[in-house]
Amino acid sequence: MRNGFLAAVAALLLASGVSGAASAADKLKVGFIYLGPIGDLGWTYQHELARQAVVKEFGDKIETTYLENVAEGPDAERAIEQLVRAGNKLIFTTSFGYMDPTLKVAKKYPNVHFEHATGYKRDKNMSTYSARWYQGRYIQGQIAARMSRAGVLGYIGSFPIPEVISGINATILGAQSINPNVKVKIIWANSWFDPPKEADAAKALIDQGADIIMQHTDSPAAMQIAAERGKLAFGQDSEMIKFGPQSQLTSILDTWAPYYISRVKAELDGSWKEQDTWGGLETKMFEMAPYTNMPDDVKKMAEETQAAITAGKLHPFKCPVVAQDGTTVECKGGDHLDDGQILGMNFYVKGVDDKVPGK
Amino acid sequence: MELVEAIILSVLAASTPLLIAATGELVTERSGVLNLGVEGMMIMGAACGLGGTWLTGSIIVGALCGMIAGMLLSLIFATMTLGLAVNQVATGLALTIFGIGLSGLIGAGFVGERIATAPHLHLPSPTDVPFGGRILFGQDGFVYLSLALIVAVRWFLYRTRAGLVLRACGDNHVSAHALGYPVLRIRLLATMFGGACAGLAGAYLPLAYTPFFIPGMTAGRGWIALALVVFASWLPGRLVIGAYLFGAVSILQLHAQGAGIGIPSQFMSALPYLATVIVLVALSRARSGGSTTPASLGTVFVPDR
Repeated sequence: MRNGFLAAVAALLLASGVSGAASAADKLKVGFIYLGPIGDLGWTYQHELARQAVVKEFGDKIETTYLENVAEGPDAERAIEQLVRAGNKLIFTTSFGYMDPTLKVAKKYPNVHFEHATGYKRDKNMSTYSARWYQGRYIQGQIAARMSRAGVLGYIGSFPIPEVISGINATILGAQSINPNVKVKIIWANSWFDPPKEADAAKALIDQGADIIMQHTDSPAAMQIAAERGKLAFGQDSEMIKFGPQSQLTSILDTWAPYYISRVKAELDGSWKEQDTWGGLETKMFEMAPYTNMPDDVKKMAEETQAAITAGKLHPFKCPVVAQDGTTVECKGGDHLDDGQILGMNFYVKGVDDKVPGK
Repeated sequence: MELVEAIILSVLAASTPLLIAATGELVTERSGVLNLGVEGMMIMGAACGLGGTWLTGSIIVGALCGMIAGMLLSLIFATMTLGLAVNQVATGLALTIFGIGLSGLIGAGFVGERIATAPHLHLPSPTDVPFGGRILFGQDGFVYLSLALIVAVRWFLYRTRAGLVLRACGDNHVSAHALGYPVLRIRLLATMFGGACAGLAGAYLPLAYTPFFIPGMTAGRGWIALALVVFASWLPGRLVIGAYLFGAVSILQLHAQGAGIGIPSQFMSALPYLATVIVLVALSRARSGGSTTPASLGTVFVPDR
């Protein structure tokens, strides 16, 4: 999923990316596979922060190793296997595209435990974990609707996959709860990471009249353009306020540390079991960066919404959800859409004046 | 009208790094050397360019650092392919991989650091002329430099004796050598020029576009520059058309998406490549006469004494 040409090329550098050296055999060895460079300031960087938190938590009881710039696909299988052979007993593979390679290696090494991020295939020694980022996007939608003077939001998408589409829908539903007439302009970068292109997309959105920039791509380029043009924006994955001190409203922060620590702990005391974790604000699978550059009443609203979602009182996809074509979506989860519907979302909700690409 | 102006400004900025890198590679290839390491040299230029500016606060120092970084990397390439007569394709690919890795290492110290971008020209009255003023008189220095560069390269290749000799080396190194020209030295200089241009093009990204460094931020632009040289059939004039066309379509497709005209975004993303290839190929077809490909391109030359 988070693929890139560079990652493919750079994967050839795999061997040089191994950090840490083999030592005492009694330590638990934990391995990590990263998609990008740890300095990407986004997706991979957040996983790296969590790894550092794990190291800090367990000290010399464990030993961690990571491989960065691992391309999704066959290369990944080789990289994961390399970690297994190096004696790692718990391995985190941190991108959707590692799903099949992880499963394949997991079947081959039943005594090693695997943790795969954002996927849906599991085995008795392979768990999955992800975060309900759509909750954060609902809050962002509300803030955007309050802060936008033009009533036009600019949204930079990466690829039209369910995770991104449900993010757009959650944003719009949040925005509509404040201003039913809000408009959104969507530009797909068709890339997770291409800073100049993300900057171009942000420029195009602002030139077309959007005054709030939202993104589902990984670099701070869009934030920096918003700052340059005096517009407001939301960060992605990481704290990006440095790139837009007067622009960042908030940012969805991927905070994997609590989960990683709990899983390493389980591995250490022998209670590790295969499971599927899809946590949200309530389990701190992600957090919202401080609400900045907004008046107090907007901040208060955002905090109240966050509290309501955390407490389970508010669901971003509460029924009825009306699709773009006017049909009401079947309500499978009681009073809200169920997880399967959100994970497989491939339609826009009513109010999006655009088409899902390729549909 | 304002939107049109904004689009043209974005197009100029998006095309400039491609034009600079492709201009350098055109000269290199005209001398008979195929250096596939443009992407690697660009990303090194980006890392060192940002580093230079971050440390000194000067955009010019940053640009020079980028050029020197690209040139140093091209020297490695030259040592291998010209000195040791190693295969150029393999060496160029290795250079790209090496450059991506090394730039990450160099850039690690200032990942996440911000700099102020290169200032844009501002002449009190001409720049403020509505529509056109900002386009002609309101760019950053790199944009003007890239245009001056391609004009100078065209003049050099077709109007000077040295340019003729350089082209001769690219077309038939044996004859050039027999006539007494130092083929390897000329190729060395052409390769270094290409490296400096690639480094400058890379430095443009953090210095004028997105003022920070992230590993891999060139995101394949070096490969596009390489392709532009081929599709422009090694002619400087067409290179300008190709670079601006590519820039224009890649910006326009974003605007088309934002306006919601309903064409699948995946197709729109492919459009810059399609449009550039089709137009440049059509241009080549229209031109009668022989191939403009440097005949000795990519072949190793070992002078017999």
